[in-house]
Amino acid sequence: MAAEKAEMDKLKKECDALRTQIEAARKAVNDGSMSASAGGVAGLGRIQLKLRKNLKGHLAKIYAMHWSADSRQMVSASQDGKLLIWDTFTGNKLVAVPLKSAWVMSVAFAPSGNLVASGGLDNICTVYNIKAASPKTLRELDAHTGYLSCCRFLSDTEILTASGDTTCCLWDLETGKQKTVFTNHIGDCMSLALSPDMNTFISGACDSLAKLWDLREGACKQTFSGHTSDINAIAFFQNGHAIITGSDDCSCKMYDLRSDQEVITYQDPSLNAGVTSVALSNSGRLIFAGYDDFNCHIWDSLKGEKIGVLSGHDNRVSCTGVPNDGMGVCTGSWDSFLKLWN
Amino acid sequence: MLIYTTPPKTNRIREARFECSCSKTAMSSKTQSSSSMAQARRTVQQLRIEASIERVKVSKASSDLMRYCGEHAKNDPLLMGIPASENPFKDKKPCTVL
Repeated sequence: MAAEKAEMDKLKKECDALRTQIEAARKAVNDGSMSASAGGVAGLGRIQLKLRKNLKGHLAKIYAMHWSADSRQMVSASQDGKLLIWDTFTGNKLVAVPLKSAWVMSVAFAPSGNLVASGGLDNICTVYNIKAASPKTLRELDAHTGYLSCCRFLSDTEILTASGDTTCCLWDLETGKQKTVFTNHIGDCMSLALSPDMNTFISGACDSLAKLWDLREGACKQTFSGHTSDINAIAFFQNGHAIITGSDDCSCKMYDLRSDQEVITYQDPSLNAGVTSVALSNSGRLIFAGYDDFNCHIWDSLKGEKIGVLSGHDNRVSCTGVPNDGMGVCTGSWDSFLKLWN
Repeated sequence: MLIYTTPPKTNRIREARFECSCSKTAMSSKTQSSSSMAQARRTVQQLRIEASIERVKVSKASSDLMRYCGEHAKNDPLLMGIPASENPFKDKKPCTVL
């Protein structure tokens, strides 16, 4: 017993020493803030985007949406128990996928456009083939012990999931089995995003931390703190060197992966609503953040200033997405509508 | 009947309350202490990985991000604006030839 206690004490001491070392290393490279560096960059003025389409079709709260890689189709998920695949150019609904469980929280489009995946309080990630004559369930990925909060395809054969059971998981769609389980968060995982080079991914969780993971090694490489409440949304900056997070603490933050720290916070005293979703414009200069205050606010990512707002929803904005060609932004809401803006 | 475990996250997303039905198996104090030992070892291991990375100065990281935004601004339709004729989401109104 005494030997065990001695070892525990030794381990605790080493933890504290390592934490101090990490903080010191971060401080040592913290030679100036992003907003100070961006002082010389020309301001953008007010960004005013127009509502181009109001997509009606869902009968209940929309929880998630995801653009297809073709920047034209888009899939949305609602607790009316349906996934809808839209042609955003015409506003037409192309496919309706009825769900076994209506409590959906996440949806994803495969890069090929052949598959979509969804999941939620059923703890299962279900993958559908939408190119079949009528949508066919391809796989039911059932191993998480908590709700499915987010899913993203790497390809038609691999998918990443984030769960309320605090883990993320990489699945092999050919076998339907887990390839890698990513364990390190101590709170529900709420969101994930794949790096542009597909070697790493980031996750945001209710432990208020964001973590960077190596996909092939299965290990957590970096941990980012600073938020004071659940991180609900996370996105990679296009060059893969920075990440944006959105949190229930009403702020968004940018963390630089190479400096291993927060470089800018996007917050406004008048904004007292949690952030539900984040998306970046193609250059990374604009951040579209969906809030519980029914709006999607637009931030200048370099200067940290709020420069616009997308207003029109009658309830929380639950999801936001910019297609690969950057031609617009889609917001989805608990008011059951999706809106397209540019 | 499906039983949902209640996630610790507050109920902003979930609309219905689900009964928590997780049951913890009774652990002997020996098992508990060895599992917290294992946990402590894992934490140290993880912190060693995180402590070992090379860090770039924030000023360099910031200038790289600024340069990226600058170089790609002209390819950002939401920043540059989209002419009506090229806007895929704009409703096309029918034209009548007079």
